[in-house]
Parts: sequence; structure tokens; C-alpha cells
Amino acid sequence: MSSETTHVSYLEYQGRYKGLRGWIFSTDHKRIGIMYLIAATVFFAAGVVFGFLMRLELLYPGKTIVSAQTYNTFFTLHGVIMIFLFVIPGLPAIFGNFFLPILIGAKDVAFPRLNLLSWWLYVIGGALVLLSILLPGGPADTGWTFYIPYSVRTGTNVIFTVFAAFILGFSSILTGINFVTTIHRLRAPGMGWFKMPLFTWSLYATAWIQVLATPIIGITLLLIVVERVFGVGLFDPALGGDPVLFQHLFWIYSHPAVYIMILPAMGVVSEIIPVFAHRTIFGYKFIAFSSLAIAVFGSLVWAHHMFAAGMSDFGQFVFSLLTFLVAIPSAIKVFNWTATLYKGSISLEPPMAFALAFIFLFSIGGLTGVMQGALSVDIHITDTSFIVAHFHYVMFGGTGFGVFAALHYWLPKMFGRMYNKKAAYSAFWFLFIGFNVLYFPMFIMGWLGMPRRYYDYLPEYTIYHQISTVGSWILITGLIIMFTNLYLSLKRGKKVTARNIWGGETLEWQIETPPTYENFEEIPLITEGPYEYKDNDQDILEEKEVV
Amino acid sequence: MSNQEHAMAHRDDVGSRMGMWLFLFTELLLFGGLFFLYSVYRFVNQEEFHIAAKELDTIIGTFNTAILLTSSLTMAMSISAIQKNNKRLSIFFQLITILLGFGFMVNKYFEWTAKINHGIFPGSEELLNRGSGEILFFGLYYVMTGLHGLHVLIGIFIIGTMTWFTSRDIITKESYVKLEAAGLYWHLVDIIWIFLFPLFYLIT
Repeated sequence: MSSETTHVSYLEYQGRYKGLRGWIFSTDHKRIGIMYLIAATVFFAAGVVFGFLMRLELLYPGKTIVSAQTYNTFFTLHGVIMIFLFVIPGLPAIFGNFFLPILIGAKDVAFPRLNLLSWWLYVIGGALVLLSILLPGGPADTGWTFYIPYSVRTGTNVIFTVFAAFILGFSSILTGINFVTTIHRLRAPGMGWFKMPLFTWSLYATAWIQVLATPIIGITLLLIVVERVFGVGLFDPALGGDPVLFQHLFWIYSHPAVYIMILPAMGVVSEIIPVFAHRTIFGYKFIAFSSLAIAVFGSLVWAHHMFAAGMSDFGQFVFSLLTFLVAIPSAIKVFNWTATLYKGSISLEPPMAFALAFIFLFSIGGLTGVMQGALSVDIHITDTSFIVAHFHYVMFGGTGFGVFAALHYWLPKMFGRMYNKKAAYSAFWFLFIGFNVLYFPMFIMGWLGMPRRYYDYLPEYTIYHQISTVGSWILITGLIIMFTNLYLSLKRGKKVTARNIWGGETLEWQIETPPTYENFEEIPLITEGPYEYKDNDQDILEEKEVV
Repeated sequence: MSNQEHAMAHRDDVGSRMGMWLFLFTELLLFGGLFFLYSVYRFVNQEEFHIAAKELDTIIGTFNTAILLTSSLTMAMSISAIQKNNKRLSIFFQLITILLGFGFMVNKYFEWTAKINHGIFPGSEELLNRGSGEILFFGLYYVMTGLHGLHVLIGIFIIGTMTWFTSRDIITKESYVKLEAAGLYWHLVDIIWIFLFPLFYLIT
């Protein structure tokens, strides 16, 4: 490798293909990460639009803008797009792809071509979802859970949506296989398991869930297709089947899947907090192992989604107990982050603001989740908007804010351009306030009995729905400010060439900005842990001057 | 073309095998969902599963088991052959494996056709008149052996690609991890059949 090529950034690197083909056929993990970023942003925008329209419909009781059937397709599309196309692939596929090899001192993932295939499957799956909207029959109206028997009986394009989810699952499995193998095989010399950054640990736990849980949803979704085409009757009571078994199979994947969604965000927060508190993470091993503990316990609690569906008392008791247990490793993480902040020298840069918001919102989401683990409470709030509020606090307040934190933390590294920090702060406040105004009323009206997924409501719920809808407008304003700011920064933001803009100790801050095609001129030799801030203050100061 | 040079330079056979094993886990879990349904429905409808299983032809089933087991043997032998640098022998064994795979599918075809001719298929009048346990048994029979048959076809396609690779010297004595991975996949297809065979044909 000659010395002139090593300083060409991956953005300018000339491979076998030019132009667009140099991207869509590139096996470079960094380019694939950015292609995921672009695709996921498009799908996220689509998901936001459907969410916005749902809230708008609920502004007044009765019909406001669309029919009940259209509303049903809206919440289905919103769920399918957000879950399968944004939250699940979001952090692992975008930032995992870009930074996992760099964080462990490797030049690429273990299977670069497989990585590209995952991206193509992801795009094909996404295209199928969008296609289901345009084809006659209309998009699926089953909700993202595809519960049988309705998903077999409805006349809408369920097959397309279900098959799209199957393909997306396949894409997710391949990413998981790739990451597990990468972490096992490609760590730089000296990087023992406990010298890995915590984002890597969370990706490792996530990848295992992706590998072990996703095939179950694969077969379950295929069975919906089989039932619709051939009418075998495996879940049809008239033919001896049991629809509750479908729910079990569905949640055996879909509950672990919520940990696929949240774990990488916890990893991002574990990266950001020590950097902006300027001190070592508190309880490294506890955070690392709690990721694995979440992966293990999270796989054993699926039936808490079905307390009202009919189960033996003993089964309910066991699943309730396990649900309480799974809160422990999550709480360990929250305590460790807080302990890291204690006596830290905190700088409230935009990524840190989002990370702190994550802790706050995730704690609300997590604690309301524990409430639902209690059987008697769960019966009261099953299928109410309390549940909707709970999982939006975890999935959006948690993972969504995790993605935003990661964007503000790593985007300057990825593109070598700095965004406008003032705009980032105002976006943050719009998002944080809008989020709470949008979702907190759902806790209250859910507790009072407002069912989820309903098109219409009784007049006494009007005030909560209207506050919530106004919240959605604030939130969307924040999203527009944030994405415009980030997009403009790529066009005309201040150029960043300093390697270490935030004073981080992990490997991505020790290489060029933006990274070169091969990441490292020479594979580094790792001698210290990822968060050792003891004697590096001098380096940081020097680099800050360069900025 | 520093890109390709680099791709060639990096080779990690242990990593490749590890990736393949992980993929095999996912395949096992894919079938696991169906085995789960089978065990629940068998537990609920023991009598009717018992009666329905008697209608399957144990002789064809046994014959197919023998075919698949033999094909696993020839697959393993093709890897041994390439390790001993005998390219022609390796190709020969791969082709025999493919042939046996097709033999399995031909048998399956006749077996399914016979059942369909007797009016036993999902949604048929004949089947709907029977008890729900029998409907479930045959439903699972078609879904599970169907999915397995699909895997046999994919396996045949993969081994065919490997044969082409071997003839083009992409798979050699020094670099045969692709062939090994294909072999692992084929053994998985075999092993799933080893479970399907007793569950549908032998427990009567």
C-alpha cells in the first residue's frame, strides 16, 4: 500500500466502480453504513408521516381527515416501517456497520460481501412495503403484529407486507452473523474482550439475539403466507389449530426484538457519557455483562404480551416474575451511567444532551414497563394507549434519542463536517418537549381506559388527544430542524480535520477524519482500556487547538 | 486494484466456518418453530396423529432416508478428495451428491402426488371430513416436508455452484472452505430429515 492512497478518505476512494455504482456495489463497511443511513432516513420520514396523519385524525372525535379503514392501514404502516425499517436496523446497521470494525481495530467486517447483501435485502424489503401501498387491495390493516385470524381473512395486501418483513428479517440475521464473527475474529492484537468499547459489547449481544430470535419470526411470517395461499389451518380453530400459538411464536421473536432495538442505543449512551463527563465509565464489566443478561432474560419473557390472551395461572406467574427480573440489568446500566456522571466534568455538547434525555425517557419507559409486568395492573391497561405510551418512551425516547445522539456524536467524524450547534440545541428542545407532550397524555388516557388503535373515542378523552396531537406538531418541528441542520452541515458545515473532536479515547478518534478507506494504516496494538482518561488531557488540548 | 488485492490477502477460514455454523443455527431455529407446532399439536391430538401417520408410506420414507444419508457420505468424500488434491474425484462425488439429492426429490414428488390423488391435501374435501388432528397432521406434513424439500433444492443448487468452482480451480487443496460450508449445509438438510422421518413415518 503506497503512502498516498492511505490518506484518501473513504468518501473519495476510487474502487472498481465510479459514481453511484461505487456506492451501491461497495463492500466497504463505511459506505454500506452510510447507505443504510440514507435508506433508513427515507423510511423514517415515511413512518413519521403516517404517525403525523394518525395524530391528526385523532384531533377530534369521529372522522377528521380519513376513513376508519385508512386509519387502520396508517397504524399498520407506521408500525411496520418504524419497527422493521428504522428501529431494528437503525443503530446496528448504520453506526454498527460504520464503527464496529473501527472500534475493534479492524479494516472491515468479517464478511463484506454478505454485508452488502444485507443492505440489498433491506432495500428490497423496504420497497415491498412501499409497493403494498400502491397495489390494488391496499396496504395491510392488521397492525404490525399480524395477528391471526384477521391477517388471514383481511382482503388487503398482507402477503406483501409479511413477505417484506421476512426479507428484512433475513437481512437482520445476516448482519447478526457478520457482527458476531467480526467481534470474535477481527479484534486488533491486544484488544481482549474487556478492552472492547461498550458499544461493541451491546452490538455483540444484539447480534446474538438477531441470529437466535429472528428465524422464529421468519417461519411464523411464512406460515401466514402459507395460510393465506393454501389454508392449511395450523392456526385456524375450525381445523384444529390454535391462534394463541401464533401469538406465542410471534412474541418469541418480537419480544427479544425490542432488545435488538434498545441495546445498541444503550451502547451509544455508554460511549457518549464518559466522553462528555471526561472520566472513566463506572462499572465497565457490569454494563458489558448486563447487555448479555438482557439478551438472555429478554428471550424468556415473551408471554407477558399475552397475559390477557389466555394462559395457565402458573405460566402467568412465571412470565411475570421473569419480566421483573429483566428490569434489573437495565437498571444496572442506568445506575452506572449516573455514577459515571457523578464528579465528572460534564460538558453539555449536543450528543450529551440527547444521551441524558435518553436516560430520562428510557427510565420512564422502563419503569412503566415494570408496572405492566404486574399481572393485576396489566389486565387493567392491556390494549390501552398506556401501552402505546410505554413503548414509545422506550423505542422513541430510548432508541430514537439514541440514534439522534449517535448522529450528533459521530456524523462529524463520518463526513468531516461540523453541524451548527445552536440549531442542534434548539432541535433538541423541540424534540424533548414535543416528545413528552405527544406521549405523556397517552399514559393518562390509557389509564382512564382509552383503547389503543381506535379510530374514534368518547368526548371525555378529547383534551388528551388534542394535547397529544399538538405535541406531534412540536416534535415534527424538532425533527425538521434537526435533519435540516445535519443535512446542511454536510453541504456547508465547517470542515473538521482534527482526529479527536470530542476528546474520546476509543479507536475511532485516533484515525483520520473522515476515515481513510482502510481505516488504519497499520492495525493498532491495544494496550489500555477504552475509557482511560488519566493521562491524555495534553493530547486533547493539542487537538482542540487544531480545531 | 488495491481493493481486490486486499480482499484476496485477507482470508480467515476459521471465521468463515464460524459464520456458517451461526447460519446453521438460524436454520435449525427456522425449523424449530415448526417442530414446536408439531409437538404441541401431537400432544393435543395423540390418537388422530397416530391414525394419520399410518397412511404414510414407510418404505418410501426409509428409502429416502437411505438416499440422503448416502449423499451426506459422498459430500464428505468430495471434501476428503479435494484435501488429497484429487480434483476429478471431488467433482465426481459432488455430482453423485447432486444426483442423490434429485433422487430424493423424485421420490418426494411421487409420494406427494399419490397423497394428492387420494384427495389428501390442505383444503380438500376428503381431508376436511376427517378429525382436526388428522387435518393438522397432514398440514404439518406438507409444510414441513415442503420446506425441507425447498432446502434440498437450495442445497443442490449450492453444490452445483461448488462443482463449477472446483472445475474452475476456485476451490483447491489450499482453499476449500467454500466446499466445506456447502457440505455443512447439506448435512443440516440431512439431519433435519433424520428428525422428520421418525416424527411422520415411524411413530405410528
